Amino acid sequence: MADHTLPIGGTLDVTPERLSRPTFLEWVTDWVTTVDHKKLGLMYIIYSVVFLLVGGAEAMAIRIQLMFPNSHFVAPDTYNRLFTMHGTTMVFLMGMPFLFGLANYVMPLQIGARDMAFPRLNAFSFWLTAFGGLMLYYSFIGGSGLYGVGNAPDVTWWFYAPLTSRAFSPGHGVDYWALSLIVSGIGTLGFAINTLATVFSMRCKGMTLLRMPLFSWVVTVASGLLLITITPLTAAQIMLTIDRYLGGHFFDTQAGGSAVVWMHFFWIFGHPEVYVLVFPAFAIANEVIPVFSRKAIFGYPAMVAATVGIAFISMGVWAHHMFTVGMTSVSNTFFVLSTELVGVPTGIKIFNWLATMWGGKIRFKTPMLFLTAFLFQFLIAGLTGIILSIAPFDWQLHNSYFVIAHFHYMLVGAIIFAVSGGFYYWYPKATGRMMSETIGKWHFWLFLIGFHVTFDTMHFVGLEGMPRSIYSYPADRGWQHLNVIISIGGFIQAIAMLLFAYNLIWSLRKGEVAGNDPWDAWTLEWATSSPPPVYNFAVEPEVRSRRPLWDLKHPEDPDWKYE
Amino acid sequence: MSREWLRAKYSAGVGLLLFLLLPGLAFADGPQATPNIFAPASTPASDISHLAIFALSVTAGIFVVVGGLLAFAVIRFRDRGDKSDKREPAQIYGSNQIELAWTVVPILIVVVLFLTTARMIFAIQDAPKPPHAVDVTVVGHQFWWEYRYPKLGITTANELHVPLSSDKQPQPTYLKLLSADVVHSFWVPQLAGKTDVIPNHENLTWIDPKAPGLYVGQCAQFCGIEHADMLLRVYVDTPEQFAAWVKNQQEPAVQDPTVAEGRRVFETQACMNCHTIRGTAATGRFGPDLTHLMSRETLASGVIPNTPANLRQWIENPDTFKPGALMPAMQLTDQQLDEVTAYLETLK
Repeated sequence: MADHTLPIGGTLDVTPERLSRPTFLEWVTDWVTTVDHKKLGLMYIIYSVVFLLVGGAEAMAIRIQLMFPNSHFVAPDTYNRLFTMHGTTMVFLMGMPFLFGLANYVMPLQIGARDMAFPRLNAFSFWLTAFGGLMLYYSFIGGSGLYGVGNAPDVTWWFYAPLTSRAFSPGHGVDYWALSLIVSGIGTLGFAINTLATVFSMRCKGMTLLRMPLFSWVVTVASGLLLITITPLTAAQIMLTIDRYLGGHFFDTQAGGSAVVWMHFFWIFGHPEVYVLVFPAFAIANEVIPVFSRKAIFGYPAMVAATVGIAFISMGVWAHHMFTVGMTSVSNTFFVLSTELVGVPTGIKIFNWLATMWGGKIRFKTPMLFLTAFLFQFLIAGLTGIILSIAPFDWQLHNSYFVIAHFHYMLVGAIIFAVSGGFYYWYPKATGRMMSETIGKWHFWLFLIGFHVTFDTMHFVGLEGMPRSIYSYPADRGWQHLNVIISIGGFIQAIAMLLFAYNLIWSLRKGEVAGNDPWDAWTLEWATSSPPPVYNFAVEPEVRSRRPLWDLKHPEDPDWKYE
Repeated sequence: MSREWLRAKYSAGVGLLLFLLLPGLAFADGPQATPNIFAPASTPASDISHLAIFALSVTAGIFVVVGGLLAFAVIRFRDRGDKSDKREPAQIYGSNQIELAWTVVPILIVVVLFLTTARMIFAIQDAPKPPHAVDVTVVGHQFWWEYRYPKLGITTANELHVPLSSDKQPQPTYLKLLSADVVHSFWVPQLAGKTDVIPNHENLTWIDPKAPGLYVGQCAQFCGIEHADMLLRVYVDTPEQFAAWVKNQQEPAVQDPTVAEGRRVFETQACMNCHTIRGTAATGRFGPDLTHLMSRETLASGVIPNTPANLRQWIENPDTFKPGALMPAMQLTDQQLDEVTAYLETLK
């Protein structure tokens, strides 16, 4: 039941009452055939959590292997498959689907819409993404079967040519990778088109673009970025497949093709992709930090501009992944400058979040704990990013464990922390129940400790010259002690993740009933019931400011007077 | 003491530790077992480590200021749980002056970092090659290194010898990087940053090591199943040692009649298809040149010490040491193994 003090949304229940519980078959049919953005959003999120656990398990196998020099926990080829699949899984099957799921669930609610602009395209996109992921994992058992670990790709997640040619990768691992990601890439494009159409045509009365919540802004910009950057990846994968099966020579160096062209194609996708992955973290921070600081976001227009600015600059920085490739000194210099410029809009974001907290009354519930850690870790990840942009320093650090530490600081320390905060924040909306605060705090502190034990240490082993992608290392290199510490931190994080998964399931039945607006928040999704009805809002909401619920709760001091 | 405070303190501590420890690690002399990038022994590596200290200092400064402000906000503005005070804090929507300030200051920092970096890129990458520089052509193979000295007429593998350089008598070595198959990367952290070794794409790098000894590194771009065991060993010799080494390498292979049986095995089995032994019928180019195999301390690209037992086991089945190495198990009889090992042991 919606709160009667909030006229937005209304309590009109037009769902015909069910006479009996659905049978199992009906229940399955309902989920498989649904075009409801909320159900599709949840399916995306469940899909990404499953792959988070799978990719995490792969990471644990990697850490067991690297704990000791000359380890034989897994064979070399198995190890190569594990880290290739770990990277591919976390980027394509966990990070991106999570963004799609959260955006699917929250964005239409936030802009007062009843669904996405194209509900069937939405379902189509999800099932393509899901099919792509399943096909990639089928490589473990498909093809020539489970011997070793089947045909899973074993050439790193950046798939440098010509290692991917049939001469050097005769199995089907490369094909599974290329085809799976082409398929899920088409799903991604569907999502991006759908999101842009929804944002530009489905906003409720009064919601101008500059009154749209920042979460939805970030999702919009991420979709625009996806639309542009998935294309070169798909093109490169098609060229790769032509090389492998139709006698093409795009990347076939023995016939005059170019290995460097693949790198350009991959990274002009790959770098903006990193921002696509970090955007959900920004989006979540933009909601959670103001609500738990009890203040409006500081500098809303600057935040919008910074988001667009990051997206724009991110498309001109790709070759900072290629400082060691032997580009001319002038090209190297250009990419140093463009990369360092990303620091400016990123800095604006951090300062604005800081200013939002400044003078507030910060409530440290679990979501805010995660977002506070996010801020510190995002700051450090950004600074090590600046360090890596110094091309000569990058000649040393590139492909070393320092780089691994840097981007895991971004992907785990910033993204996974923010995403965990997002789970605790929106879970009550999606399920009607709160997640356990007690388990949540255990999850937070264990994960924080494990994270720092692992990834702080990893910087040092990189400075000591340990390269990435190696299944073992000689005993006399002196890397063992640090690797033991890194692995122990990894196991602590694994325990925290299992607690998280347990919390997700436990709270579904045992969690405290949430009510519509458990956090005393300000955006439209909190005006409807938890979980929201199929139609979201019985009556189209009308807004006059960026924080419609603030206006309702504080009629004496509404936002629209100041905006 | 609140948890938040501890958290903030912990984060700050970790950051400080990360940045303050580094200068302490810097500038040890000579080669080390752990190839630390802050123990440079050659101009490019040393220049980079100076730039690195500068970059780390700047970023550490930013971390202390911003992290400190964040920690302060977390402690000072936390909700103290006063139930009686239900008022919301003052709502502030932004401030053009402050926002302008924190846009301009980062831009200035970027300008400084960029100019410093650009200067270093040109200094290292475009350093003019002196005429007396030693030339080496490095060819990356799955999963070993071939070294050719075109001016000296030497071909060897896996153990690179270069002359010592000094401030008084600079003697740089210029490395031309080529690949026979896939992308590799040449990285000896104490000597220089890494440069990729790419097929169909010639690259150049240079070193001028200032202390003699053995510098280790390894391939830094994933190149296939045994990427982890594609180790790099660079021996920096004094001018006399280097001259002696060059002289020995220029000789054709030792001809020892007492091991003629082993040589016959080598030349009649598949060995000679892939390996060269100068002065014999073996002219294969697919595997390492074995003309002076015994002048090398290790086998299999630095994976195992070059002992007769290891050599015999390697020929019998390379997978014992390096599963996935492209050399097949040669299916020789025990007698053939003994003979060919004895032969190879004479190739000083």
